[in-house]
Amino acid sequence: MIDFSLWDIFRNLLLAARWTVVLSLVAFIGGGLVALALLLARLAKLRGAQTGVSVYTQLFQGTPLLMQLFLAYFGLALFGINVPAWLAAGLALTFYTSAFLAEIWRGCVNAIPKGQWEAADSLALSFAEKMQHVIGPQALRIAVPPTVGFLVQVIKGTALASVIGFIELTKAGTMITNATFRPFTIYACVALMYFLLCWPVSAWARRLERTLRRGSH
Amino acid sequence: MVQLDFGAVLVQWPLLLRGAAFTLGLTAVSALLGVGVGIACGWARANGPRWLRRLVGVYVELIRNTPFIVQLFFIFFGLPTLGVKLTPELASVIAMVVNLGAYAAEIVRAGIDGTPRGQIEAARSLALTEAQVFLRVVLPPSLARVWPALVSQIVIVMLGSAVCGQIAAQELSYYANLIQSRNFRAFESFIVATAIYLALSVLLRQALNWAGPKWIFGRVAQAGR
Repeated sequence: MIDFSLWDIFRNLLLAARWTVVLSLVAFIGGGLVALALLLARLAKLRGAQTGVSVYTQLFQGTPLLMQLFLAYFGLALFGINVPAWLAAGLALTFYTSAFLAEIWRGCVNAIPKGQWEAADSLALSFAEKMQHVIGPQALRIAVPPTVGFLVQVIKGTALASVIGFIELTKAGTMITNATFRPFTIYACVALMYFLLCWPVSAWARRLERTLRRGSH
Repeated sequence: MVQLDFGAVLVQWPLLLRGAAFTLGLTAVSALLGVGVGIACGWARANGPRWLRRLVGVYVELIRNTPFIVQLFFIFFGLPTLGVKLTPELASVIAMVVNLGAYAAEIVRAGIDGTPRGQIEAARSLALTEAQVFLRVVLPPSLARVWPALVSQIVIVMLGSAVCGQIAAQELSYYANLIQSRNFRAFESFIVATAIYLALSVLLRQALNWAGPKWIFGRVAQAGR
């Protein structure tokens, strides 16, 4: 058995935490892009988009993220592709994130007074112009706090990627536990690191929300 | 060409049924206790002494900013080091209660914050005790106000319980795993389990939306509005 000092444990966990951060960013950015596409499809009133996107969000919000990860992992393997865990995790988390962001952003767009749409229409703005100059900027302003808040959920969600064997913070914790038999210390360290990642983001989201509320009154 | 064989999974329906029932049971117990913890913490944050408010604040922030799976592993693998040995089922319930409690605390507090001051003053002027004021005047309409959020959170916790299979608590995802280890139909097995989860989440939401006004805050809330 290798002797691990507390610093060794901490250092190894820190190294693994990089992958938690990378996976979170990939899922958040990828999910954001997909969500934007879904939202625009809805707003442009493409045929079937309304129902399609709403079924899509229902599916992802009504099933466990863990199952989504398993399905991505084993589903891709069905096609004879040897799926690396990072790919399955990245894909599943991207779609998961997109479903939630699409829903959050739709709420933000809905919050914009109808008069704004009508005014834009009466100026004969095209769909793209409406989005860019009228709806987009206003929706963006109210969308920022809940979007930042959701980033916390994404970071926590990446912990489940450990289950399909992606070596991030949680998986590293399990592996070090198996080598050192000190689960209490190690999982406490793991939890602490997640906290240090998530808490500033939560606090930031809260501050943004307060600023927004003060601004609108 | 991919050949899917759902028959091989569906043939194991007794296991799936048992898993689904266990998931629901786990959720029911955790929801009851978790909302109880949430109400206690919500009260503490609204009315408690300063040290208690701070303590509850730390609890809420700690739980809300760490993943459920880590909380579960800490309770199941970590606590035995301190001499607390738990079965997978008990560890799951504790983790779910602790998790739901933190979220419910925030939700309930938001409801309590929305109570008009006049109602509390009116209740006090009728010489109700502080406990009566809270339990009969403040709490029911507060719960009614935040019930949709609370229901969503309970559904989220139910979906999150899929992770409990990782510590061998015998809920739905555990059985899905068991089935796929027997027949190597991993994708089909998880598709079926996912569909069951989807059905459970729809049913649970419906049931809670119905039960809330009927059993939990009921007529009092209607009068309070």
